[in-house]
Amino acid sequence: MSKMWVIMLSVGVLTFLTRLSFIYLLDKWQPPDVITRSLRFVPVAVLTAIIIPEIALQNGELALSLDNIRLLAGGIAILVAWRTKSALWTIGVGMVSFWALSWLL
Amino acid sequence: MDRTAEKTSPLQEFLLGIKGELPILLGVTPFGMIYGVLATSAGLAAWDAQMMSSVVFAGSSQFMLVQFVNLGTPASMMIITAFVINLRHALYSASVAPYIQHLSLLWKFILSYLLTDEAYAVAIMHFQEPSNSKNKHWFLLGAGAALWSCWQLSTAAGIFLGAQVPPSWGLDFTLALTFIAIAVPAINDKASFLSALSAGLTAILTRGLPFKLNLIAAALVGITVGLWSDQK
Repeated sequence: MSKMWVIMLSVGVLTFLTRLSFIYLLDKWQPPDVITRSLRFVPVAVLTAIIIPEIALQNGELALSLDNIRLLAGGIAILVAWRTKSALWTIGVGMVSFWALSWLL
Repeated sequence: MDRTAEKTSPLQEFLLGIKGELPILLGVTPFGMIYGVLATSAGLAAWDAQMMSSVVFAGSSQFMLVQFVNLGTPASMMIITAFVINLRHALYSASVAPYIQHLSLLWKFILSYLLTDEAYAVAIMHFQEPSNSKNKHWFLLGAGAALWSCWQLSTAAGIFLGAQVPPSWGLDFTLALTFIAIAVPAINDKASFLSALSAGLTAILTRGLPFKLNLIAAALVGITVGLWSDQK
């Protein structure tokens, strides 16, 4: 078995076990109320933590300027998502803005 | 309460799951293609690159792994980093667990395998809607299966197209757009807004942490702030 396959299988198994963790454990262990109430914030907190560095950082440094195309197009996409609540419009307008701004700037 | 939702059959839920996932696939497809392109240009055999999409089945860690192949990173380092990047899935696991607790172990295994960012995010919004449907797990199965198929096909397309997709197209930007499309509509009160704001700020402030641990730090701060704001 090649080195790449050892890595792939290890990561695959670890990822699967991570995803299974609480789904499996919940039968055996009832989490306290505070944990249950905190779970509602998981999607919003995790996704925002991925989004903001993706659009606001360039090569690991904060880039809050008008020549950061990802920040501008991301900002437009956030407005579209907020107004339309449509994934199709958000991704579509976001990508077109990105291309238009890359061409303009 | 939506009365029809109480009677949805497994098939209806499954199809609703596919339908809910479809718009997201617009953002996932280019992302999968770039993975395929990067994997082959990093020197992975086409078959290995394709199999990684089903064995690992986690976009961001697959990107990281193929970049590490390029850099000649030691295997142990690659495994640990991918594991830490994927730790956020434990939060997803805790979040869906109450909704699928009654299912058999086989179901739990299948749904865990399919518990990616994009399938989770779409399914959890559906789970949180008030309804007594006992078949909601079929929704996650539908969303997960749609995403899985799309991920395999777009990987294959990327491997096939290879270097014909120039980086100047900025297709990797669709990852951020996909998550914006899911996260923004889910911000619907002060607590969730403050949760998002604090998570985003923390992710930036802690960006120097290794293994993308800023993601975990940001998630924990965001959840704590949301909870605190909710209790006031």
